[in-house]
Amino acid sequence: MAKTIKEINEKIRKGKAVVVTAEEIIDLVEKKGVKAVAKEVDVVTTGTFGPMCSSGVYLNLGHAKPKIKLGGGKAYLNDVPVYTGFAAVDVYLGATALPDDDPRNKVYPGEFKYGGGHVIEDLVAGKDVRLKATAYGTDCYPRKEIETLINIKDLNEVVLYNPRNAYQNYNVAVNLSDRVIYTYMGVLQPNLGNANYCSAGQLSPLLNDPYYETIGIGTRIFLGGAIGYVAWSGTQHNPTVKRTKNGVPKAPAGTVAVIGDLKKMSPDWLVGTTFTGYGVTSTVGIGIPIPILNEKILKYTAVKDSQIYAQIVDYSEAYPKGLPGSLGEVNYEQLTSGKIRVKGKEVPAAGLSSYAKAREIAQILKGWIEKGKFLLTEPVEYLPSVDSGQTFKPLKERPVK
Amino acid sequence: MVRKKRVVLTFPHSLVDKPITYHLVKDYGLVFNILKARVTPREEGRLVLEIEGKRENLNKGIKFLKDLGIRIEPLAQDIRWIETRCTHCGACLAICPTQAFTVDQKTREVFFDKGKCIVCELCIKACPYRAMEIKF
Repeated sequence: MAKTIKEINEKIRKGKAVVVTAEEIIDLVEKKGVKAVAKEVDVVTTGTFGPMCSSGVYLNLGHAKPKIKLGGGKAYLNDVPVYTGFAAVDVYLGATALPDDDPRNKVYPGEFKYGGGHVIEDLVAGKDVRLKATAYGTDCYPRKEIETLINIKDLNEVVLYNPRNAYQNYNVAVNLSDRVIYTYMGVLQPNLGNANYCSAGQLSPLLNDPYYETIGIGTRIFLGGAIGYVAWSGTQHNPTVKRTKNGVPKAPAGTVAVIGDLKKMSPDWLVGTTFTGYGVTSTVGIGIPIPILNEKILKYTAVKDSQIYAQIVDYSEAYPKGLPGSLGEVNYEQLTSGKIRVKGKEVPAAGLSSYAKAREIAQILKGWIEKGKFLLTEPVEYLPSVDSGQTFKPLKERPVK
Repeated sequence: MVRKKRVVLTFPHSLVDKPITYHLVKDYGLVFNILKARVTPREEGRLVLEIEGKRENLNKGIKFLKDLGIRIEPLAQDIRWIETRCTHCGACLAICPTQAFTVDQKTREVFFDKGKCIVCELCIKACPYRAMEIKF
């Protein structure tokens, strides 16, 4: 029996919608079968909480007296540089930005104690942040420098806009070399000392809607503890990777760009993050509801860890050199057991994405929908799927004459 | 009865160049394993030891160290798991050589067992949220 989003929203408004998480749906479908559960359940909520580097915030700082034009000048928040190539007082703060005087990897491995992701956490926590800027001065914007404390509550707009989040599946990172390596997939011990993965698996949003049949542009979501929206497909969106029979990508595939009001978010779900020897980033909490419109969509949401496969990639050579190929594939049930086998060796495995927090997000979103506070949306436009033929292209370098 | 203790010894500057741990073996019959050592120039020395021996000898050995002016603290005080910063991601799990971190398979939450920690500090670099702190 097919349902429409309109019908589901009607039930949500009346407080009668049946909502379960992407984890709870697994047992439910196994016990009662697809047909019965498709009738019973209206919404499945997902969640993910992991480091997402393509994240950032745009801020409108308001005009000082006399006025200053930051566009074309330089500006810093807590010494972290922000992008000023907009109008007078709009700036963009990226999650991986570092203070100019951060030693980076000069003393290897660098510590990367504070950067963009940490400024975002401080802003959203309501802490005062130091703005320092210089400009060239114009007739209408005469001022050339400013230094002041600012607070999120006093600013005009503070908007989280992340060009690429919630990767649909990811690599399992290992190190085949004989030295420790420091990567965005964490510290990797030599000679297959450990394996790091980064996905909420069966709870992860796009793994529960593998062909993007419900999640699209305009989808209302949980973002950083508040309501946000899918703005576009994310950068590097790559729907055409290999998939299992049930449609689940076996490698990093779809992504989403998301947007939401930072003023309403919480530091619990936007955490400043450091990868030793690599840099800083932001750990973002995202939850996406999936309307159970028909049995097919329900079946997708019942996917479980043992059916989701990821590729094992060597981050000492294959990844940095951009060489194709994988050392094998493992499923998330094996990964979450804490041990996998790579090249005949037993390797301890650990996650960088928090399953406990992903579960909490799915539960919070479930609560919002059950209480009638959160209505579902029809996508304004769907994300490119397999039939789009869209791929993730490498950069073609050409000689500059 | 044989007992085992993990302690952090802080040596004043005047004692840094004296062979002190040697007496623990020779005079008190204690077995020790150096887990970590650090001597900073013109400052104090720090030594993390696991000491094993008969209860009586252990107490005597520790008194000997104290009488010399060495500060002794149990190891656990120096390592802190800041639970509020921990997101339970598990980045520490596979990197810890003594399995001091475990994950509850039901709640999927990470737990730190101070008793198993040998202060190798690998988790400090591995934790993306700076939830492990050491004062050593």
